[in-house]
Amino acid sequence: MLSYEKYKGKLTVRLKGELDHASIAPIRAELDQLLNDPKVKHLVLDMEGVSFMDSSAIGLVIGRYKALARRGGSVSVTRTAPRVDRIFEMAGLYQIVEKRA
Amino acid sequence: MKIKNEMRLDFPAAGKNESFARLVISAFVLPLNPTLEELADVKTAVSEAVTNAIVHGYADAPGTVRLHAVLYEDDTLKVDVIDNGRGIEDIALARTPFFTTCAEDERSGMGFTVMESFMDEVSVQSKPGRGTTVTLVKRLRACETESARRA
Ligand SMILES: Nc1ncnc2c1ncn2[C@@H]1O[C@H](COP(=O)(O)OP(=O)(O)OP(=O)(O)O)[C@@H](O)[C@H]1O
Ligand SMILES: [Mg+2]
Repeated sequence: MLSYEKYKGKLTVRLKGELDHASIAPIRAELDQLLNDPKVKHLVLDMEGVSFMDSSAIGLVIGRYKALARRGGSVSVTRTAPRVDRIFEMAGLYQIVEKRA
Repeated sequence: MKIKNEMRLDFPAAGKNESFARLVISAFVLPLNPTLEELADVKTAVSEAVTNAIVHGYADAPGTVRLHAVLYEDDTLKVDVIDNGRGIEDIALARTPFFTTCAEDERSGMGFTVMESFMDEVSVQSKPGRGTTVTLVKRLRACETESARRA
């Protein structure tokens, strides 16, 4: 179960634990459920609780970016650890996804 | 080079074993007192290679993944991640950043790039139809030897 907060068109989701190919599958399904609400235009992924992450998370973020971009929305990430930044930067993710303080 | 420790582990190609493989490799290097950074580097690279064996090598069909880790006297860690799956046609192409054969599954094609950036050496041996071995090498305690050399 993801913990999240909806405010106007903004959906903030707090990811936690280890993000790998196996653990991301249910997270993706739940995120997409939440994004079914057409009022949601902006997705903020709060990464503070993420204790491990590999390249699977890049695909997750890019996938949600594509879905939201189609409806004129956006994705941003916040509270990323230096390691998370390093992996996201390798993929040039911050060219399409805003990193919020 | 003399071997300090060695281990082999075979496990089914199932998603849940990605985290298991990370735990096992952590336990294997922990007696060396690696930095948290080194530990995370090794865990991430092993996670990438094991995930690749499961999702590409066996394409989510049943199979066995083998983890073979060796710790040498000079604290160099070598990990082989071995599958007997589909194999890779063009290894150089597979290692190119953003190259993926699984874009529809939201793979980003960054796994090899992540392995390369977190380990000192990454080599790949593969035969189409036979399987793939990814060899990951990292010299642990790099910072310690570095500062000792400077002193
Ligand atoms: N063990 C393997 N067996 C067969 N093919 C592999 C194996 N490992 C990698 N490949 C091939 O190499 C490509 C690149 O691998 P890489 O890990 O860099 O990216 P990815 O797995 O496609 O995406 P990501 O790791 O970013 O989620 C894969 O798409 C796949 O075609
Ligand atoms: Mg991969």
